Amino acid sequence: MSADSTPNTPKNTANGQEVASGSGSGESTNPAVDGSELIRFDKVTKRFGSHTVLDALDMKVYSGKHVTLIGPSGSGKTTILRLMMTLLKPDEGTIMLNGEYLTHEKKGDKLVPASDKHSRQIRKNIGMVFQQFNLFPNMKVLRNITEAPVHVLGLDKDAAEERARELLDLVGLSAHLDKYPTQLSGGQQQRVAIARALAMRPQVLLLDEVTSALDPELVAGVLDVLRDIAHTTDITMLCVTHEMNFARDISDCVMMFDAGRVIEFGPPEQIFTDPEHERTREFLSAVL
Amino acid sequence: MTFDWSAVGDFMPMFWRGVVVTLEVLALGSLMAFALGLVWALAQRSSLKVVRWPVTAVTEFVRNTPLLVQLFFLYYVMPEWGITLTAMVTGVIGLGLHYSTYTAEVYRAGIDGVPAGQWEAATALSLPRSRTWIAVILPQAIRRVVPALGNYVIAMLKDSPMLFAIGVLEMLGEARQFSSETFQTVEPYTVVGIAFILIAYPASLLLRALERRLVR
Amino acid sequence: MSDISWGLWELLLNGVWITVQLTVYSAALGVVVAFGIGIARTHHLRIVRFLSGAYFEIFRGTSALILMFWMFFVLPMGFGWQLIPMWAAVLTLGLTYGAYGSEVVRGAIAAVSPGQREAGIALSFSPTQQLRKIVLPQAWPEMIPPFNNLLIELLKGTALVSILGVPDIAFGAQLVRNATTQSAPVYTIILVMYFVLAFVLTRGMRVVERHAKAGIGQAPPKRAGLTTKLSIGKQSRPIGPVARTAAGPAVDAPAEGDV
Repeated sequence: MSADSTPNTPKNTANGQEVASGSGSGESTNPAVDGSELIRFDKVTKRFGSHTVLDALDMKVYSGKHVTLIGPSGSGKTTILRLMMTLLKPDEGTIMLNGEYLTHEKKGDKLVPASDKHSRQIRKNIGMVFQQFNLFPNMKVLRNITEAPVHVLGLDKDAAEERARELLDLVGLSAHLDKYPTQLSGGQQQRVAIARALAMRPQVLLLDEVTSALDPELVAGVLDVLRDIAHTTDITMLCVTHEMNFARDISDCVMMFDAGRVIEFGPPEQIFTDPEHERTREFLSAVL
Repeated sequence: MTFDWSAVGDFMPMFWRGVVVTLEVLALGSLMAFALGLVWALAQRSSLKVVRWPVTAVTEFVRNTPLLVQLFFLYYVMPEWGITLTAMVTGVIGLGLHYSTYTAEVYRAGIDGVPAGQWEAATALSLPRSRTWIAVILPQAIRRVVPALGNYVIAMLKDSPMLFAIGVLEMLGEARQFSSETFQTVEPYTVVGIAFILIAYPASLLLRALERRLVR
Repeated sequence: MSDISWGLWELLLNGVWITVQLTVYSAALGVVVAFGIGIARTHHLRIVRFLSGAYFEIFRGTSALILMFWMFFVLPMGFGWQLIPMWAAVLTLGLTYGAYGSEVVRGAIAAVSPGQREAGIALSFSPTQQLRKIVLPQAWPEMIPPFNNLLIELLKGTALVSILGVPDIAFGAQLVRNATTQSAPVYTIILVMYFVLAFVLTRGMRVVERHAKAGIGQAPPKRAGLTTKLSIGKQSRPIGPVARTAAGPAVDAPAEGDV
């Protein structure tokens, strides 16, 4: 896989701020691009109080690629996903999806922060799986999956249910469609959550530490499902994980974060076996 | 709508008398509720069923029946049993008794809220039982208890107008008296209504501040 | 007690019916107010939050009896609206206990985990859909026990209407007392009547709670309350095998404690 195609930037820089900023110069230097540009972060800064979590981040992700974000906790990985999902608003910079602004909208010539309606429209293309599953406990498994397709996308109920059954089959839970989430194990709940996200047919799937809340023996089942999806579909994945073997398996590109900056990125073989940066080496030796 | 400010002025002397009576009733009723509630709470922790049971039954009964009817009961039935009390004393007893069943729950929750480890530590140090209560349990329970008790004082304030039904001339009683003497209705009831909000709102703000300081 | 003739009993029983009606109508109004104000207090617009918060503070600071007097005497005098005493009472009780209820609703909404809203956003539900499909169904079971407490308070509050001459239980008792010139029997009887009503309401709410909890796949917790306490001290009876199996453990996975 052409991992170098993903964040369209000079290969590595000591200064995370300059990663991908490359003022567009990187764009033509990447012959291996085999998808169109899907996600674009432009100088995105996010602060919580006085703490800067993301510092003028530039990043591009191409359609169909699987990008894994690694790094110590607090380095801003999850923030990227939450910004993508519009759960957070950036303090500075813009995010685009498919050439449309996600965080902003055009009013005449001016770019203004996106209205709720606008974000809702754009984010239909994005699905997210959460660390804590966040299944709706008041709905049975099948309805967890069909509710949004029916009431947001306007699918008719039968079609939505058929899609849900296929997805439940994919995640190996066909037998459980009539149960409440609390009656399932954590691993099963997370697989339902994956099916729920996929039911919206998103272009991008955001995976936020999806195995961190699971008992160790339940992790493998969830990762197998995700591997399957990664290898058999053309969905774009943006993944935050501490499962390095999984990251190595599915990623086209691995990005190493530290203190709000991308300090290094590249294909998994390179990052995991021959990282250039000292911090990456330290981090990997601690988690591997 | 005509609002006669001079009627407000005329009402003021009676109003202030009513305020004083309301506050008296409230102070005495609160003291009784605090003390009696503690008795109920401790009795409910008793190891003796013959103590625990009747106390639980009585407090549940009192808490689940209307204060107004209890006031009538005390006011009309006690004299039949040969106990004659003034309306004011009857009112204080009624209010205090009714709310003691609520404060009992507050104490119970406060005591239950003290971690079991505290009892164990006290036992491990061979502290005598009374010392355990005074030095260890109650000081910790009180932090949880005070704000909740305060809320019930405000609730008692708002229930105190019921006492006019047995003839206590608190604020509402004075307003009704004034209204029947002068045929001015709008002004006294409005004044009394606003007075309640003016007392209750700052009091609840104060309590919320206290709660933030005491709880954790 | 033998002094109370059948006609007087009838008076009391009619009073019970009035009390029940008052409770039901006021509770219905109260629920509407509680949800309306409670949801408004979580609104993203400041002005909506401010106005609904002001409503809450004003009605919470007001004494129900004084408000009832005001509705009964001042509204007609001041504005020329004459309310039937029954409706003045329902309005007062509904608005007042609705204000308390709004705090219950607000609190229960706030207690729904933020992850649930985030999942709603991630699935592109509109704010209204999030509230209706996700937040309220989960908050609802949590509201029921505090609503039960308020319902009992409301039932007790209905006795105030007797002061305005609405012929409820407490009013009936006055008449009976005058007729028999004895107070002890009739007041004992009506206290028991109120207690039985409270008991029935609590029982009913327990059933509602069990259904609501089952609707989100949870067995209801055991709770010491009016019924359990009076049955066997603090040893509440087990909630029963029915609810347990209805939301029973999964076949191949632990049902609880796995989240």
